[in-house]
Amino acid sequence: MVKQLVALLRKDVLLEFRQRYALFSILLYVVATVYISYLIFSNIKDVRTWNALFWIILIFASINSAGKSFSNESENRFWYYYQLASPQAVILSKIVYNTLLIWIISLITYIIYSWFLGNHVTNHLHFLAVVLLGSASFSGILTVVSAIAVKTNNNATLMSILSIPLLLPAVIIIVKASQLSLMGMSMAQNGAYLAGLLVLNLLVTAMGYLLFPYLWRE
Amino acid sequence: MKKNWWKVLAIVLILYSLIAGFLGDVPRRDILNESIRNLYFHVAMWFAMIAMMGASLGYSIKYLSGNHLNIDARANLFAEMGLVFSILGITTGSIWAKFTWGAFWTNDAKLNGTAITILIYLAYFILRGSLDDREKRARISAVYNVFAFVLMIVFIGILPRLTDSLHPGNGGNPAFSQYDLDTNMRWVFYPAVVGWILFGIWVSGIRYRLYSIKESLDQWRNDSSDQLH
Repeated sequence: MVKQLVALLRKDVLLEFRQRYALFSILLYVVATVYISYLIFSNIKDVRTWNALFWIILIFASINSAGKSFSNESENRFWYYYQLASPQAVILSKIVYNTLLIWIISLITYIIYSWFLGNHVTNHLHFLAVVLLGSASFSGILTVVSAIAVKTNNNATLMSILSIPLLLPAVIIIVKASQLSLMGMSMAQNGAYLAGLLVLNLLVTAMGYLLFPYLWRE
Repeated sequence: MKKNWWKVLAIVLILYSLIAGFLGDVPRRDILNESIRNLYFHVAMWFAMIAMMGASLGYSIKYLSGNHLNIDARANLFAEMGLVFSILGITTGSIWAKFTWGAFWTNDAKLNGTAITILIYLAYFILRGSLDDREKRARISAVYNVFAFVLMIVFIGILPRLTDSLHPGNGGNPAFSQYDLDTNMRWVFYPAVVGWILFGIWVSGIRYRLYSIKESLDQWRNDSSDQLH
């Protein structure tokens, strides 16, 4: 199981490394969106607006990148994977891969966003902890939804319709937690929200593990 | 008649909650005043909604372990019934909020939760509509139903406890059990909940029968057209 997971993960990373398509298209998307925001806002003085805009950009970048997790390889190739590996290994490797991908995207978004629109963060470590935990929960939910949406005909529309309502529990916790971190609270004062995000991640991963075997069966 | 006793019970309980709800004695409270009677109708809708969505979840899990299309139809019908109850709940709640909190909509954890619940189930119906193959539709929507239900429970069950709410029982507001729901009100509220849940099961049962009649009609038409050719 772990061996299969590592092999599949290695395959995904290699594929990405050779094509450099997914990461760069999303990065270009992020840069373009941040620059549009910069042209509209020029400089954000209000911390709440800064926080809200950052997460809106990150949510849509994540939906775009994770939405492709099952559609950028042909369906026949997945039949081949199921011959070699268990479906649980496939979904777990996709969740881990998307988490890594969204982590990279969120870190770069953070840098570009701060570059253009200013940075209101006092405790970078604390804010980054929220960003990383939040992106991980996005990736779990979005990977499972993308496995569902890829079975339909209008994949892209359905991806956002299905995922946005399901992302909201995570988004509400994340926005509260990142606002507390922007207000200069310590990590311990934010413990309940961070623990909540961690539990949500575990729950979503467990759901994906249990439900995915029913999805790929044709 | 022996099999239908619970349908009679549903009607009796709903009629009782209507009559006792409007005529019975209720505690006099500031701001709430007579609008406290809405508790019998508004809160009962949410209990009925969760029961319907729970039944839908149960049938979805049963479908995944058995793969009978009839079971999937039942899951869909219960989800539709749950959506009806949630719309009724949000309407009664909005009117109540206008008279007590001063606005039809407030940024309250529970209101966000219901809005998301409605969005999640609307997405469920859109997902069903976009899949043509019946087996595939049943299987994939069942998976979505299970996934969505768990996240919905996280949303409406756990999140409101982390944040403040205008509702009783949250953020320092007293809960029903403390004094809002006094003994007299319990005697109307709980029968109303049971009555509406039974009513929901009844309606989706009738709609299931309609569905199976349509199914067998289609089957019959297909068979007879096969014979013609």
